[in-house]
Amino acid sequence: MAATDRPDGEASAGRLPVTLFGTCLGDLMTPDTVADASRVLTACGCDVAAPRGATCCGQPAFNSGFDDAARRVARRTLRALARTAGPVVVPSGSCGAMMRLHWRELFRGDRDEAAARAVSARVVEWSAFVAERELPPLAWSGRVGYHDACHGLRELRVRDAPRTLLAAVAGLELVEIGSAERCCGFGGSFAVRYPDVSVAMADSKLADVAAAAVDVLVSGDGGCLLHLGGRLSRTGSPVRTLHLASLLAEALP
Amino acid sequence: MSGDHLTGTTFEGRAAEQLAKPFQRKAIPAAVDGTVAHSRALFATGDRERLRELGRDIRAHAVANLPEYVAAFTDAAEANGTRVHFAGDATEANAIVAGICRDAGAQLIVKSKSMLTEEIELNPALEAAGFEVVETDLGEYVVQIANDRPSHIIGPIIHKTRGEVRELFSAIAGRDLGDDPRALTAFAREQLRDVFLRADVGITGGNFAVAESGSVVLVTNEGNARLATSLPRVHIALVGVERLLPRTADLSVLIPLLVASGTGQQLTTYLSIASGPRREGEPDGPDEMHVVLVDGGRSAILGTGYQDILNCIRCGACQNVCPVYRQVGGHAYGWVYGGPIGAVLTPLFKPSAEGLEVAHASSLCAACDDVCPVKIPLHDLLVDLRRDRVGRRIPGRFERLAYGAWSRAWSSPLLYRLSGRVGIASLRLLARGGVVRRGLGPLRRWTRDRDLLLPGRRRR
Repeated sequence: MAATDRPDGEASAGRLPVTLFGTCLGDLMTPDTVADASRVLTACGCDVAAPRGATCCGQPAFNSGFDDAARRVARRTLRALARTAGPVVVPSGSCGAMMRLHWRELFRGDRDEAAARAVSARVVEWSAFVAERELPPLAWSGRVGYHDACHGLRELRVRDAPRTLLAAVAGLELVEIGSAERCCGFGGSFAVRYPDVSVAMADSKLADVAAAAVDVLVSGDGGCLLHLGGRLSRTGSPVRTLHLASLLAEALP
Repeated sequence: MSGDHLTGTTFEGRAAEQLAKPFQRKAIPAAVDGTVAHSRALFATGDRERLRELGRDIRAHAVANLPEYVAAFTDAAEANGTRVHFAGDATEANAIVAGICRDAGAQLIVKSKSMLTEEIELNPALEAAGFEVVETDLGEYVVQIANDRPSHIIGPIIHKTRGEVRELFSAIAGRDLGDDPRALTAFAREQLRDVFLRADVGITGGNFAVAESGSVVLVTNEGNARLATSLPRVHIALVGVERLLPRTADLSVLIPLLVASGTGQQLTTYLSIASGPRREGEPDGPDEMHVVLVDGGRSAILGTGYQDILNCIRCGACQNVCPVYRQVGGHAYGWVYGGPIGAVLTPLFKPSAEGLEVAHASSLCAACDDVCPVKIPLHDLLVDLRRDRVGRRIPGRFERLAYGAWSRAWSSPLLYRLSGRVGIASLRLLARGGVVRRGLGPLRRWTRDRDLLLPGRRRR
């Protein structure tokens, strides 16, 4: 990825040091998205670093009730992030919500509780962070629908930021999808625990996407896109899925 | 037919049965979307957020001080001439009701809608005791003659087609009634009017019981609860012991919340407050009024981390917005309640392995949290229940071993990178053009109806 490791607090002159936590899904399944997220951050005046030794936020285990497993994995990431500087920017509302809201609960009474509180307070969802920065002029041509990923929307309350960013792209036609705020059926382990229900939920969402006649379906969460993209691919749909970071990276001058 | 369909089944299996009914997947959104839109519009006006907070505070206070308010309610109700009974469980509740009906020399009983009586399976118990019971809520009437179960708290037959209702009613009429909803409703009304006039006992639930006045409060749009409380000689209200409100004034907060959330209305058509038997000089009302306060597992929840769920006012709003419920309907949840409220209540009331599994019947999207009129943190409660399930070692060996192995590997950056590389490399062996169409092992559950898109494929 484009980001490099950087010793504590050392940033290029005049640029804001930020830590980009790519998430496990991003690292493993969509490294391009993480690179794109980094490029956009760089384009808006940030000095981007990746946290050395971070793995996963622990959410899959946490949401299944396996707190010990979740804590064990999250501790590694937490300690890696505790050594970094600046905002911890996360290109996933779901992982962001886990880190910002649920780490405090997961580490309550734990030896790393203070670190968890300190890092949580630095966590910010990627689009919310970028929307507050100055971007170069953006241009991209196409008809785009935005799918609100649940945890970004309802836990971190990120609703307007991605739309503001998309609206700033010259040539981009933003179309509201009927059920933009309804869950797509990914739900982490839910997607494989109950695949039939998960896919039925995707189809309900994708019927609205088809009705909106968009070229590209954009979201801020790699999990939703893996699920919706996988269903679109299986059904032979021409609709393309893109992470918001990738679309904006394509729109950069 | 009612009760527990959990034993020996899984949510996945029950959901598959429901998903195989394509009508239902269209019918549920069609039935609830109007309510969702109206409710949303109402909650956008005025300071409804403050109203929700007040509603939550009132309910939480009543639940936290339940013994005090039960005592106050009992005193006030008895002073009005109402007899108050306590039932610890379903068997006791059914025996009390049957006893009252026997003492009254009753034969025919009319009922208005009550989810509590579904919990305790009152109808089969009364029928076994020799009584004839007729449901008078239009939806529940259909449920009863179809020998079905309600699938939604407010709209019990949203899983049924107009055609099915036509067939059911035409069979009773002995002629084809057509499928005009007005004609079908008129037929039911004609049938039920006669039953109301002949009934000896009227059984209702209770949306709320007011401690201050000893009253039972009923909200309907059909007026059947008003008839059931005033025409028959005896009125029996079954009320969950948690449904108390301290003061009559609290209704000014909770009725608007219930109505806006349940049906998207500003006002309900009928608001009935039953405050005892007919008094001297009053032209109508029952000779006897009984209130049966039913525990049925509720007091066991008091003082636990799940106490907030007792604040529920059974409006059904969480069901309407639940993306899982909208696909699978209420019956997939295996017991009386579907949707998020069912995913929390079923594990608490039916703590078997099958009951606890229902806590997983949610993608944790939190849409329910946003609409709950009394701000129950349903999403958090679902995660807590999953944690309890792990604590009780209910997940299978595979799941426990998998999370254990995963946590060991991913708490080491080296093993994380290594497992990631090996994982992706293995997936590439299964892929064509960066797409896995048929996975192996657990991955098959992903690829049955979805492709798995591997890194690098996306770029064009």
